[in-house]
Amino acid sequence: MIRRFFRNRLGVAALLAICGLFAVAVTFAILSYLKVPFPQDPNLTNLERKLLPPNPVNWLGTDNLGRDVFSRILHGSYISLTVGFVAVAVSLMIGVVVGAISGYAGRWVDNILMRVVDAIMCFPSFFLILTAVALLGPSLWNIVVVIGLVSWTGTARLVRAEFLTLRETEYVRAARTLGQRAPAIIFGHILPNAMAPIFVTAVLGIPAAILTEAGLSFLGFGVQPPQATWGNIIADGKTYLLDAWWLILFPGLAITFSTLSFYLAGDALRQAAETRIERK
Amino acid sequence: MITFIIRRLLISVVLVFLISLISFFIITLTPGSPYPWGELNPKISQAVKDNYRKQFHLDEPIWNQYWYNMRGLFTGELRSIKDGRPVLERIGERLPATVSLNVCAIAISLSFGLLIGVYSARKSGQWQDTSLSTLCFTFLALPEFWVTYLLIIGLTNWVAIPLTGTVSHGILFPNEGARLLDRLWHLFLPAVMLALGGIAGQSRYVRASMLETLREDYIRTAQAKGLHPDKIFYRHALRNSLRPVITGIGSLLPALIGGAVIIETIFAYPGIGRLGYQAVLERDYPTLVALNFITAVLVLLGNLLADVLYAVVDPRVRLE
Repeated sequence: MIRRFFRNRLGVAALLAICGLFAVAVTFAILSYLKVPFPQDPNLTNLERKLLPPNPVNWLGTDNLGRDVFSRILHGSYISLTVGFVAVAVSLMIGVVVGAISGYAGRWVDNILMRVVDAIMCFPSFFLILTAVALLGPSLWNIVVVIGLVSWTGTARLVRAEFLTLRETEYVRAARTLGQRAPAIIFGHILPNAMAPIFVTAVLGIPAAILTEAGLSFLGFGVQPPQATWGNIIADGKTYLLDAWWLILFPGLAITFSTLSFYLAGDALRQAAETRIERK
Repeated sequence: MITFIIRRLLISVVLVFLISLISFFIITLTPGSPYPWGELNPKISQAVKDNYRKQFHLDEPIWNQYWYNMRGLFTGELRSIKDGRPVLERIGERLPATVSLNVCAIAISLSFGLLIGVYSARKSGQWQDTSLSTLCFTFLALPEFWVTYLLIIGLTNWVAIPLTGTVSHGILFPNEGARLLDRLWHLFLPAVMLALGGIAGQSRYVRASMLETLREDYIRTAQAKGLHPDKIFYRHALRNSLRPVITGIGSLLPALIGGAVIIETIFAYPGIGRLGYQAVLERDYPTLVALNFITAVLVLLGNLLADVLYAVVDPRVRLE
């Protein structure tokens, strides 16, 4: 699977882009923790230099308070990646456990769990997330947990489907005949064989979470200012829509670049995982 | 068929109950109070606050609150904390705008998704397919509010396209046709923006389904008897892989209603999404409960409809 992934040039390019994003995000997470003003202090206001178009000092211009947009984008990068990864981790944990129990136990357990999944799937997820985050209070961890809590249903269904087929395989029957307990069979035998599709949905879930956070930020319920995030730079800039295009364009490019990298990498992974179709 | 529908309706009743629980408890169990004026205002006496709590049953145990909310929702008695009007009335006046927006967005996603999907399946593996699928992932990856703003910046200088509301004000329309055209013209940009993600998803499904159908035995039979490849492709394969177009209606709905919150806010479009956003800002609990409940039930009905339609269109499907 890995070798087939590396044959896909677009996928490798996307993977490199993700590695680059990671490097930037980790660097600037450390820099903002240490309060190093590099390239400039992202929160330093300078009203004499407000709403400047891109220039040699402020490469991507300044916002309405004279803050450097380039620094704000760089210092906001780790927020998006944190949201993406942690939200997906939360949703994976719930989704895998529910899906595994549902698929392995079957019968009424399966029936009840799947009805709950159906019910949650009926909700327009963005609206549900918006409601919950707004009422809980928008902080990074609230957002991440709420996104994770709402978006596990797809994973649960996928894991359940995998379990339904894998549970009938001979090695599982052998393990059961040997008297192994259910948790050992689920986590030791079935789950490792279902990893590939789970991994693919996880990678494809990251950009969705990033976009959700950006949308929340845009509506004012994202990670709160003064912390710069890509979404709230755009949200602040929308007041100056027709005068300061650089406030809108560059953070949006940053979002699109990262989400597109994850989508392309995820799709390349999916293609690499689909051995059956390739071989036919 | 009938037994299938009855069974699905029975399951739906269970689902509606679960939906009501989720929509009520997510909103009510979160900390914070729904007072429009704030709990801490010293100028408001305790008596007024207590009276207020009593009026909206906020002083009772949570199960009773749930019961009042749901009973109120079905009898139309549930009132908004914001302005005291019945919640159903507030939602009802916003519903047509959102429904027309979503119907347009679904129509756009399905038709363009079908076109792109079929074309990429036809050119599968060639450069057209690769570039189209990259384009579709770009659609998925774009934050919709961002593209919308870029479009607004770009379009306002060149095209007289309306950016707010549903109708032009201050114009006397010569006839109903002109009014309708004006409405459609207002609907155009929001619907296209809302549909972007749907086009991408839909075309991926159609492409995958086409490729799967093309591996079927009857396609090989058709090839063996010497039919023209175009005829096999469009007559035999296309017809049998239209399933995702129908199931797409069901899967698109929740995403669209969710996405409508942002799009309706940008375009000042008087629909359910913006009502929900305002209700969130105002902490208007009854409206939020009702909105979440009603949209989820709408989606449930949409899914049911898609399933039945699916069986009507495709005789191979046996509904059990």
